[in-house]
Amino acid sequence: MDGQLKRGLLDVCVLAAIKNEDSYGYRIIKDMKPYLEMSESTLYTILKRLEAASMLTVRTAEHGGRLRKYYRITPLGLARIEEFRDEWKQIESIYRFITREDTNCG
Amino acid sequence: MGKAEFMETLRKRLAGLPQAEIEERLAFYNEMIDDRIEDGLTEEEAVAEVGPVEDVVNQIMSEIPLTALVREKVRPKRTLRVWEIILLVLGSPIWLSLLIAVFAVGLSLYIVLWSVVVCLWTVTLSLAAGVFACLFEVFVYQKAGNLGGAIFAGGTALACAGLAILMFFASVAATKGIARLTKKMILGIKSWFVGKEAA
Repeated sequence: MDGQLKRGLLDVCVLAAIKNEDSYGYRIIKDMKPYLEMSESTLYTILKRLEAASMLTVRTAEHGGRLRKYYRITPLGLARIEEFRDEWKQIESIYRFITREDTNCG
Repeated sequence: MGKAEFMETLRKRLAGLPQAEIEERLAFYNEMIDDRIEDGLTEEEAVAEVGPVEDVVNQIMSEIPLTALVREKVRPKRTLRVWEIILLVLGSPIWLSLLIAVFAVGLSLYIVLWSVVVCLWTVTLSLAAGVFACLFEVFVYQKAGNLGGAIFAGGTALACAGLAILMFFASVAATKGIARLTKKMILGIKSWFVGKEAA
């Protein structure tokens, strides 16, 4: 898949994984696993990028005698997901354009 | 590989990155492994799932900009003494010009590589232009009533077209090859800055 497109998709996926409740690294990876496999370093970079863009906030909390980082989505992050829905409609119409010939012939 | 060994190796291989960056990444992987163990995996399994240290290092390196690595590397580990600064300044005509020379040689070698690609594309374009030129020739010979000339020009046009198509594929392959090489070179230069100190 095209790098730029995939990057944008992965960002939204991570946002979707923390959309309903705060989550932590391993759980994000586990929640996404049925849909897509993501490596730790990829997730790290995405979380950093989303934090820098103020689409999520990070807090460190104690869990079982050790520290764990929790990620919470911000209104900006939620807006990004909504924006993605609109973008997807555009992508769908582009897809229809790309495959137009096929349907005509078939 | 146990968690301690994984973390230790990772720390060594990342030496050269900004300290805060190393700590943050190590904490991240530490949490990832601990969470897997909590999830029921053994320590070995958890480490194996996170992946081979080399892969982790390579991915981290490809994400960090080269400039950040260089900046960290050239920053002195302690404040310089006065005589060291004086020596650095006095010696600058020598070391600075040497540094620039090394950089210039490296850059020229790289430009030479791309020149080959440019040459290939130029030949491809010339051959393609040749096709049109020869077709025009066919037309001219035909007007002049020179049948032999027209056939010869037609044949040349076909030969040019064939060569142009072959050259096109060769040029594309060369361009892709050099682009891949560039990626590898950047990774190589980066690893030159990272992980050497502890080795």
